[in-house]
Amino acid sequence: MSEIAFRTAIRDALDEELALDEDVILFGEDIAAPGGVWATTPGLQQTHGSDRVFDTPISELAMTGAAFGSAACGKRPVIEIMFGDFLTIAMDGLVNQAAKWWFLSGGKVRVPLVVRSAIGAGGQFGAIHSQTPISWFLGVPGLKIVCPSTPNDAKALLRASVRDDNPVLFLEHKRLYAMKGEVDVEPAEIGSARVVRDGSDVTLVTAMKSVHDSMAAAEELAAEGIEVEVIDLRTLRPLDFPTVLASVRRTHRLLVVEEGPRTGGWAGELLAEIAELALEELDDAWRLTCPDTPIPYSPPLEGAFLPSPAAIAASIRARLSGAPSEESS
Amino acid sequence: MSTAVTAPEPRLPHEVLPASEAAKGAREVPAELALELYRLMVLIRDVEDAVQPLYNAGEIHGTTHLCTGEEAIGVGICTLLDPQRDRVASTYRGHGHAIALGSSAQGLLDELLGKATGTGGGRAGSMNVIDLEHGLLGCFGIVGGSMAAATGAALALKGTGAIAVAFFGDGTANQGYFHECLNFAQVHRLPVLFVCENNLYGEFTPFEAITAGAISARPDVMGIPNARINGNDLWDVRDCAGRFIDEIRAGGGPRFLEAITYRFGGHSRSDPGAYRPDGELDAWKQYDPLVLERRHLVDELGVDAAVVDAIDQDVAAEVEAMVERGRAAAWPTPDPDLTEFAP
Repeated sequence: MSEIAFRTAIRDALDEELALDEDVILFGEDIAAPGGVWATTPGLQQTHGSDRVFDTPISELAMTGAAFGSAACGKRPVIEIMFGDFLTIAMDGLVNQAAKWWFLSGGKVRVPLVVRSAIGAGGQFGAIHSQTPISWFLGVPGLKIVCPSTPNDAKALLRASVRDDNPVLFLEHKRLYAMKGEVDVEPAEIGSARVVRDGSDVTLVTAMKSVHDSMAAAEELAAEGIEVEVIDLRTLRPLDFPTVLASVRRTHRLLVVEEGPRTGGWAGELLAEIAELALEELDDAWRLTCPDTPIPYSPPLEGAFLPSPAAIAASIRARLSGAPSEESS
Repeated sequence: MSTAVTAPEPRLPHEVLPASEAAKGAREVPAELALELYRLMVLIRDVEDAVQPLYNAGEIHGTTHLCTGEEAIGVGICTLLDPQRDRVASTYRGHGHAIALGSSAQGLLDELLGKATGTGGGRAGSMNVIDLEHGLLGCFGIVGGSMAAATGAALALKGTGAIAVAFFGDGTANQGYFHECLNFAQVHRLPVLFVCENNLYGEFTPFEAITAGAISARPDVMGIPNARINGNDLWDVRDCAGRFIDEIRAGGGPRFLEAITYRFGGHSRSDPGAYRPDGELDAWKQYDPLVLERRHLVDELGVDAAVVDAIDQDVAAEVEAMVERGRAAAWPTPDPDLTEFAP
């Protein structure tokens, strides 16, 4: 099977779901006629018509509220919020409407919508076009957060998100769009993590682009005799604790690598839950995150800000030798 | 330099209410329908009147926002809709809209009392009532949220002949939602009626003090047909909304109604409305939609005053019994099967 780009996997998932279910609609800024600023939606309007795939005003409030309203009336809308940083404007519809209606209606109103959004740093887009806005949504019951790292998972999980009867925030890391890989080779379910690499010395849990950086660090450490087990969470809400716990019971060490601010992130949440469930299994547990500052622009500053393969490897080396790591944020 | 603070001038109904639509042409109103709608307005009034003492007694919790004095707008519009296919998005001042759509008044009252028999099983409370079976997409606690929800409902309903209605207050005119949704609905020609219930106050502040220009000028510049009407006159509301609804169903795109009205109570349960100039409330009570409709029934439609009195008495007894049933109803218990996610 030939390999396709992550962005093409997104497009194909949308194309297939639009073809399968006429209630699926797709809208956002520049997604229809221009095919999307991330080139994730080219040709979909031509194939599925302008009633179902259309461009919207630059109105994230109206767009997200409209996604909620149409979902509560039987459609399965997928919208694109161009940059994750713009989710601040979209929050009301997602947090105060979509995520709450199932529960408040006593299980009578389903809100099947997907908000796709491009997130993440590494492209020198600066502080307000590079964020991973996950902690803003992590504490919102009723909202699922999906975060694929490969073309296969992007396609499988986006299709699953469209079919899910709950609101899903589907995050696409900008630095993964060009990455190529096979698709339709492995199933993926929302809420299910994947062990990407087996190892016996330390469990490294991460997501999105950091999966690949962590794999590079693991290969580097393998040459030194340190075996790292790498887990790709693939979903950040709900978190797959059982998969992490099973690994920790074998390695007894847990590192969580999160591209995002240190305070209030999912790394802290994961550490807390594992400590609560199995403190006796842990010889060590820590996290490597971005510092708690806005994201800097200049390439060397942004490079130092992100958890690079070198920083991940150095952090593991230091913790396993019992010395404090200078590179750990 | 100091500026003397002068007492605000009361805004009197005869000065701010638009001229009656009735003057524009003959209007035929069947007495039977008029009595039915009058009864609905009295039911809303009596339920709202029952809420405040229950709140004061600690039996209704949190907060409430009553629509007393504004009943004609919800009744006039909601009774023109088909709750089986049309969808309404309301606000935290939504009790009247729910009842006007046919949602159970007992269910609403029980919801406010926090009982298991409430419309949302006691999960939603006063500000978030949802009853899709009666066309109510929900009541939205964030100012402007109803506009986007109705815009989205209209997106789903486009081309079916069904429509969505958004109720919101004058304060919403200054929210981002207002501008975004009017534009969104107009560029996509969505079947939605936007209804601004202008009760002259955004919370505690006169709307003119915080609103540049006229509210109806805003849909104007986007090319959305609109009207400014007397929201206390049930038949003005019905005439204008009826015309707009027909146009929307026919595919004409969004319409905008600004219905001028007056809130007889404060913004919420704890607000006595002391910021209102002397005489303003009393003047508006002369234009109480129930008073206007009673006069219409008796003087113009020739209904016997005793028939109207009987409705008042029946509804009062009905609501009194509802309150007792609600107070006696069971408390809810957490449902372990109702998790954050739909299966």
